[in-house]
Amino acid sequence: MPVLERNGGHEWRRRTTGESLIRWFGWLIGVAVFVVCWQRISEATTWFFVWDAPRIADDIWSRATPPRWEYITQLGRPIWDTINIATLGTIIALFLAVPVSFLAARNTTPSALFIRPIALLIIVSTRSINSLIWALLLIAIIGPGVFAGVIAIAIRSIGFCAKLLYEAIEEIDQSQVEAITATGASRWQVMAYGIVPQIMPAFAGIAVFRWDINIRESTVLGLVGAGGIGLQLSASLNVLAWPQVSLILLVILAAVVISEWVSAKVRGAII
Amino acid sequence: MSHRELDDMLGTKWRKPRFVPNPYLRWTLTVGFIAYLIAAYMTIDVNWARVYEGLDRGAQFVLAFTKPDFVSRAGDIWSGLLESVVMTVAASVVGILISIPIGLGAARNIAPMPIYLICRGIVAISRALQEIIVAILLVAIFGFGPLAGFLTLSFATIGFLSKLLAEDIESMDKVQAEAIRASGARWMQWINYGVQPQVMPRLVGLSMYRIDINFRESAILGLVGAGGIGATLNTAFDRYEYDTAAAILLLIIGIVMALEYLSGIIRARVQ
Repeated sequence: MPVLERNGGHEWRRRTTGESLIRWFGWLIGVAVFVVCWQRISEATTWFFVWDAPRIADDIWSRATPPRWEYITQLGRPIWDTINIATLGTIIALFLAVPVSFLAARNTTPSALFIRPIALLIIVSTRSINSLIWALLLIAIIGPGVFAGVIAIAIRSIGFCAKLLYEAIEEIDQSQVEAITATGASRWQVMAYGIVPQIMPAFAGIAVFRWDINIRESTVLGLVGAGGIGLQLSASLNVLAWPQVSLILLVILAAVVISEWVSAKVRGAII
Repeated sequence: MSHRELDDMLGTKWRKPRFVPNPYLRWTLTVGFIAYLIAAYMTIDVNWARVYEGLDRGAQFVLAFTKPDFVSRAGDIWSGLLESVVMTVAASVVGILISIPIGLGAARNIAPMPIYLICRGIVAISRALQEIIVAILLVAIFGFGPLAGFLTLSFATIGFLSKLLAEDIESMDKVQAEAIRASGARWMQWINYGVQPQVMPRLVGLSMYRIDINFRESAILGLVGAGGIGATLNTAFDRYEYDTAAAILLLIIGIVMALEYLSGIIRARVQ
């Protein structure tokens, strides 16, 4: 911590002059980058529409209220499909994520040089692509419908679950594994009695957490044709049936809130 | 453990403790789960003939990854990607700047009750609404283009970052903050020297993570007309130009990996 001498007294400073200059320069670059980005956005924007936005928002609001409550009778099946997409997708993802995570964890991987990078690549590539993009792709391949949604959610979740799970495996208490090994257990027995009991709570927590996220994601998968309540949403948007749109949004909101509540309860019970 | 219990246990075989100890609850959960799986599976009608037909195209797509076509649509890819990056940067900056005061307001140990409730309300609304749904509404209000995407991402950033920041502030060490207050600091100084140093490493880490998420989300906002690479990707899928789609996906994965690597370095430095 530098202390400056000024007017005969000592003055405490947090940084030296050089440090503050570097920081100042860093901020300057940051601000410049932001200004350039903002200019590009502003160039691509029709500002007339933006100034007109309050009127449009008001207009949409007056069209969307009150919601068309009787439409809810047609939403039962779509919401059931949505829940199925999320649940089945999560289950498939967990089945696939477990082997991947064991191959990716440093202490259980058979080969840190060859197999671990492949497992990590699977994790990164499935994780960095959004489920909507997976759905687009799968619809082109296996046709529109709930099935494409299930597979899209499953693929997207592999990376997420495997990443959290392999971090949990790397953090286990090694002495328990050693104790099981010392009894003469085989490789599989060590895994079943030494490692699995230690990661079981983490596994259950990850499963419920991902299920909650998947409910959110599956509500919009229908926008690209992959089944669920999103199909109704996009159909209503296309015919500008705003009262139906507002009802669907309310249903989605309720589903999200309930799933978050369930997941919080279950995780609270496990941990 | 009393004598009797120990005597009873001697000579009996060791059994693995169950995950759910209560047998009734365990069986109800198992049976209910299997019944649900069967019901869910029955309602998904998979058109296996269509899936089989699509496998050809699936194989083509996988093969396209071995020879991605960066060249023939280079102009579209480049402008879409640039727009995604611009949206990400601008939205992250604005989102982080707004989420800091809201995060302070949503921390129970700093904010008075009315402000706490308002800020928690903002966080709850922002978290409950999916990015893509917000984007649809904002596109309807502000018109097509990156401005809608920028607003969507900023809005989503606020909910994510404020909540986690508020939780971090609530779990901070009170003693340090009190010491600063006891030295006669004003409110601003108290936040600046008592609270900020404690939460700064986590704030930086979370911000980096959110930039990463914002980029991934910006890739899908184009599907609903909110700017970014998504529109290009969607067109590529619609025209069955798998080599171009593969190129875009590889670019997204590459940028996400680079961002993750960068955030790893930065997080290691600030902690």
